[in-house]
Amino acid sequence: MEVEPRLTLADCLRHHLRLTGTHVGCEHGVCGACTVIVDGAAVRACLMLAVQAEGAEVVTVEGLSNDADLTPLQKSFRKHHALQCGFCTPGMITTAHALLSEEPDCDAARVREVLSGNLCRCTGYIPIVEAVLDARAAYGAKARASDRGGERA
Amino acid sequence: MKLPPFEYACPTTLPEAIQLLSERDGDAKPIAGGQSLVPMLAFRLAQPTLLVDLRKLADLRGIKISQKGVTLGAMVRWREIEDDERLDAAHPLLKAAVAHIAHYQIRNRGTVGGSLAHADPAAEMPAIAMTCDAEIAVVGKSGARVIQAADFFQGALTTALTADEIIVEVRLPAWPAGRRWGFEEFARRRGDFAMAAAALFYDQSADGKARNAHVGVAGVADRPLRLPSAEDVLSGRAVDQATIAEAEAAASAAVDPQDDIHASAAYRRALVGTMVERALKRAAARAQQ
Repeated sequence: MEVEPRLTLADCLRHHLRLTGTHVGCEHGVCGACTVIVDGAAVRACLMLAVQAEGAEVVTVEGLSNDADLTPLQKSFRKHHALQCGFCTPGMITTAHALLSEEPDCDAARVREVLSGNLCRCTGYIPIVEAVLDARAAYGAKARASDRGGERA
Repeated sequence: MKLPPFEYACPTTLPEAIQLLSERDGDAKPIAGGQSLVPMLAFRLAQPTLLVDLRKLADLRGIKISQKGVTLGAMVRWREIEDDERLDAAHPLLKAAVAHIAHYQIRNRGTVGGSLAHADPAAEMPAIAMTCDAEIAVVGKSGARVIQAADFFQGALTTALTADEIIVEVRLPAWPAGRRWGFEEFARRRGDFAMAAAALFYDQSADGKARNAHVGVAGVADRPLRLPSAEDVLSGRAVDQATIAEAEAAASAAVDPQDDIHASAAYRRALVGTMVERALKRAAARAQQ
């Protein structure tokens, strides 16, 4: 496809490819709702030009689900009530997926630090952190008995 | 909040990139990670007619560590610094500062050269460059030159770079084993720009006295600053409670911040002293490890 240079990756995904799972909140890199995974790394799609993604692999929240069943990460978000209005959820899911893919053994402090770049205005952070921690096993985390998700880092 | 229109080029060689920039006589801008420039475009604080993407320039990549010190290519992303275990010993101050930069997703894209060229007065990398006497190697139409960090930052979002120059790398002098250091930053929310930050180090003589003290601060002026008066307090003294209190007072007295929407001048002046105090306490505690 060919696009104008000024088109952000976020708008390209939403308006040109109709992948509206990627949400656009602040449009200047503060809220994290537009997080997508580019060549394995979570990035803000509103701070990247679509032309800069030429040749790159882009995974959106649509790419993290399937029709057959909920994924372990989705199941964990449901189990822990880790969403309310749902606006921030695509960014939370893509960020958490990138984190857990690389650091399946991350602790609650690391999850909180990483999710600090994603704003949730329903203030659902405690269940979101619990959901991410609970999903670690599905990404190959070693079992840990002591780590309780809701603890303050 | 949509970006203004511009043309886009993605050259594969440095000379080509410089040629593209020089042809527009200041109306073209290089784009590296875009984590500062794209918001600037969204807010219409920058309206270049051409963006020159540096992502295909291999010359700007890589972290090199030698006896001379640490050399960071301009396109090195924060993430690469976080992941480079060699830097734990080769430049722990740099690594500690990078942990404070924005958020996870932004550290996956943002670059060393982009932060230096953007020159936000509260940003971490410019403060590290100032504190460590970094050399910034640039190349432009009239050739290559090396700019000392102290000459590079000229004001808020203003540097010594000419319109056709591109940062190639930044060189941080060698970091001796046993150096005492601290980095402290205060922001209301994690990932925000610093309301004040301190980056400092000193070497310790066999008799327990500090020498070669470097005290840098960010967020309290139109550019990162070195504080010679605080460095003088430390030089030749044991870094104990009394010395730290004197250095804190010297740091607060040395800065002249402005009132703004985030904090009053008086608050920032007190805060920068506290950052210096905490960083020195960390540095002194490290000495006993």
